[in-house]
Amino acid sequence: MSEQPIRVLVTKIGLDGHDRGSRVVAAYLRDAGMEVIYTPPWQQIEEVVALALQEDVDVIGVSSLATDHLIVPDLVEALRTADLGHVGVIVGGIVPDMEHPSLLTAGVARIFGPGASRDDIVDCVSDLGARVRGEKLAEGDFSQ
Amino acid sequence: MTHARIVPLNRDEDQPSLPGFEDAEDRWRQDYDRQIGTERRIVNRSGIEIDPIYTPENWSSDRYMADLGFPGQAPYTRGIYPTMHRGRTWSQRQLIGLGTPGDYNERVRKIVDHGATAISLIPCNSGFRGIDCDEVPLPLLGTCGTVVNTVDHMDQALDGIPIGDISTAMNDPTPFTLLAFVLGVAKRRGIPFERITGTSNQSDYISHFVANHMFYRLSQPGSRRVLVDHVAYCREHVPNWNPVSVVGQHMQQAGATPAETMGLTLSTAIQYAEDCMARGMDPDAILPRFTFFFDISISFFEEIAKFRAGRRIWARIAKDRLGARNPRSWRFKFHGQTSGVDLTAQQPLNNIARVAVQAAAGIFSGLQSMHTDAYDEAITSPTEGPARIAVATQNILREEAHLCDVIDPMGGSYYVETLTNQMEEEILQVMDRIEAAGGMYEAVGSGTVQTMIGQSALAAQEKVEAGDEKVVGVNCYQDDDGVEQPEPYRPDRQAMEAHVKAFKAFKADRSQATVDKAIAGLREAAQDESANTFEKVVDAAAVGVTHGEIIGTLREELGFGHPLIIA
Repeated sequence: MSEQPIRVLVTKIGLDGHDRGSRVVAAYLRDAGMEVIYTPPWQQIEEVVALALQEDVDVIGVSSLATDHLIVPDLVEALRTADLGHVGVIVGGIVPDMEHPSLLTAGVARIFGPGASRDDIVDCVSDLGARVRGEKLAEGDFSQ
Repeated sequence: MTHARIVPLNRDEDQPSLPGFEDAEDRWRQDYDRQIGTERRIVNRSGIEIDPIYTPENWSSDRYMADLGFPGQAPYTRGIYPTMHRGRTWSQRQLIGLGTPGDYNERVRKIVDHGATAISLIPCNSGFRGIDCDEVPLPLLGTCGTVVNTVDHMDQALDGIPIGDISTAMNDPTPFTLLAFVLGVAKRRGIPFERITGTSNQSDYISHFVANHMFYRLSQPGSRRVLVDHVAYCREHVPNWNPVSVVGQHMQQAGATPAETMGLTLSTAIQYAEDCMARGMDPDAILPRFTFFFDISISFFEEIAKFRAGRRIWARIAKDRLGARNPRSWRFKFHGQTSGVDLTAQQPLNNIARVAVQAAAGIFSGLQSMHTDAYDEAITSPTEGPARIAVATQNILREEAHLCDVIDPMGGSYYVETLTNQMEEEILQVMDRIEAAGGMYEAVGSGTVQTMIGQSALAAQEKVEAGDEKVVGVNCYQDDDGVEQPEPYRPDRQAMEAHVKAFKAFKADRSQATVDKAIAGLREAAQDESANTFEKVVDAAAVGVTHGEIIGTLREELGFGHPLIIA
């Protein structure tokens, strides 16, 4: 139930390999008591969806520093298709201001830019994870 | 084997006999203690505690010949050439990569028309990923580099560029398809390979395993072999090309401290040199073509000390450990790029000031080649206007601020000389750790390096979180400067779509028999330890085999190298 730690997948999709940020954020979330599933860069969208299902994650954090955020809407769509539309998706890294609306409209819950604080990130994932848990229960998924 | 050390300072007999020194120092100390209030402990990024003042007690000119000597003379602390920037300034080598080969050509021609004698090419991330453009989602193509998958693409990219007279740095990881394409273009244009000059900027596969995961990797043993093949081939056929660039930049960007970065980079260079020597190459035949590529962070004095110490250590290693006899082999030639990690997306115009300080540190460090970041690089691949300001920054520092008038102007500063010696000590400790782990190749396999870098990255971020390390606009002075974020570079979708379509048509129209034969030749070379794989990469590239096909073949034969990440 709710005392189970929130499960977060920290990943990078597409072509970029800059992973300093994703490693630091993964450590923050882990230190905050969450279960973190961490992948190396270059994941395919299908791989991320399969992993999200297999690991029953509540939140997916996608790190993007070299324009891979442009395919995050495709990830959100693929999650919906796989009946994982309840999973929260956040993006961290370099997302130019003018490209925020397209991500948020697609269903991304929050975008963290450079300079985001540890507390902000942890609070956001924690709240989002709890909300996702609540929705799962409301939908009658009692598997936990 | 531990590395030779400089004799520690502050031995009693080193105390200077300066009349009145001790009395004056005591008086100053009393005044200082009274007025400073609560003393702040200041520690640089490499963990060295910084004193409020440095005097002949810390470093005196008695050590001049041991520590410094003259520029162009071992141990090269003051610079690797007798004239340094007073004679010839550094090459202004701005990294460029964007869009289609046509887009790149348009940008690079402008630079050449403005007198640049050195160009660079950054390929699209899909190239780093080891695949061709027809396997990649269209929105990701050409956003961060140029889509170059064939010799034809390279020909378009370098159209009108005199590649026999201009130095071309290629961001070209193992197995060096971009150089193979350049050589294919040279062959077409009748330019002898001896006239091709430049650098394989991403030859440092070790850094791709541990620090920068942008790059496709063959397995660790496969990468090791192909790099040595590449060095052997270039030595024989492209003698004015620098086949090895050891990229400390990756280590520092991933989080290593400046001292760790220099230590890891020098240990990597030792690994590559010894791998080549194990193949029977003479150190004096290869080391003059070794180059280094570093980050210049905003930690101003620390960076200057890092480079001065590194230059001195490399001279000793090349001579004493690697046995090079030719002084050209002892010279630590490096390209510096102002550090993108220090740039902020907040208040982006402030980055112009940051880059100026970083560039000044690079100049005082005696670099041979420099890239200054554009102020929009925390947000996008550099766009044209900001890139022009970045180049102008170098010109202002040289022409208006006169930073190049005197060679090694920091030399003899009590602080800089003390810090140089302390950084040297830190760097040597890192190198000893790597040596104890069995050398760089082994230390990568065991995770020693990744753990070191990961811990330093986290520690650095925690300092920013705690406010111990201030970043203007991020954890202090966070007011909105009212400047809109610069618009990011995005390639023209239609042009890119046409580029991919033309690529597919090219593949369909090629002589499949020729392609199959070249791929078979590459495959056989990979299976035969005595053959040179890079020679076959060059052959295959020339007849229209694509980047992705070359890598795919070698991947099948030599295996894929998963990134070695220790979370």
